[in-house]
Amino acid sequence: MTETPVDGPLEPGSQWYDGEAGPLVRPYAMTGGRTQSGPTGVRFDLIALVVLDPAAPALDDSVLGPEHRTLIGLCRAETQSVAELAADADLPVGVIRVLLGDLLELGCVAVSRPVPPAHLPDERILREVIEGLRAL
Amino acid sequence: MVSEHSAGGDTSALALKILVAGGFGVGKTTLVGAVSEIRPLRTEELLSEAGQLVDDTDGVDQKATTTVAMDFGRITIRSGLSLYLFGTPGQDRFWFLWDELAQGALGAVVLADTRRLEDCFPAVDYFEHRRIPFVVAVNCFAGARAYGAHDVCRALDLDHGTPVVLCDARDRASGKEVLIRLVEYAGRMHTARLLDSVG
Repeated sequence: MTETPVDGPLEPGSQWYDGEAGPLVRPYAMTGGRTQSGPTGVRFDLIALVVLDPAAPALDDSVLGPEHRTLIGLCRAETQSVAELAADADLPVGVIRVLLGDLLELGCVAVSRPVPPAHLPDERILREVIEGLRAL
Repeated sequence: MVSEHSAGGDTSALALKILVAGGFGVGKTTLVGAVSEIRPLRTEELLSEAGQLVDDTDGVDQKATTTVAMDFGRITIRSGLSLYLFGTPGQDRFWFLWDELAQGALGAVVLADTRRLEDCFPAVDYFEHRRIPFVVAVNCFAGARAYGAHDVCRALDLDHGTPVVLCDARDRASGKEVLIRLVEYAGRMHTARLLDSVG
């Protein structure tokens, strides 16, 4: 998808594209121009955790794009945060959010909601974190 | 906790977020790298120039886009409990991104360099105004004159009780200590607020 179609040998000096020029596909082309995730309207936090839904329906290539499949592959290995998915798939977070919205609607994944700002985790969790950090 | 469970999913995993802020070149990425179990990953956020002027940065469908890189790292406390560290974008013009990063954050580390303490003023202001618990970690660069935690606290005019820790951002044990101080402080702040709200 990011390859330049090349017809015949290149003329010297006609190679316009290289890695430094950045991606050849504008990021939101992968989402069909959508910048917001679908009707569910969820905005995934950077640390929202994504897990594959074991009951996910079998979907063919007409429904899922290659980037969707990349995300599914990454989640198959282990539970991933939205930020990790963006880094591993090498896509902007905004694009990941749209693609995840699709996967959520298709029932492929489950996404955890972030902790609301006013609610810190309880004391037991914080103690666990401190002990865990000490033990590192 | 009410909401670490997903709607319709069976995950009970909990992720916590800590921000690492401070001036350009103060050692944010170094600190994240020193304590993270994964190599510092970079994630990019695409934003419109227009989006900077409004509260809602969702509308990234403008033509002019800016890519902002954010560093982050992870520490797994146990299966199902992870700590994520985010280095905040250094440039001032990306302030609007901080709001999203700060959403739901457990707290923040403000890294400071005593040779240019003023670089961390904006971060200190930001977290004080939003009442997000933070500690100031003074990255003790070689060649910088040594100041005590008390001097830094006074110079920054910190609210009473805000911890100041001297650290070496390259050193894992030192970074861990900074995080422990932050989590302890965040816990104390939270408890104090709960008491305030019932009293």
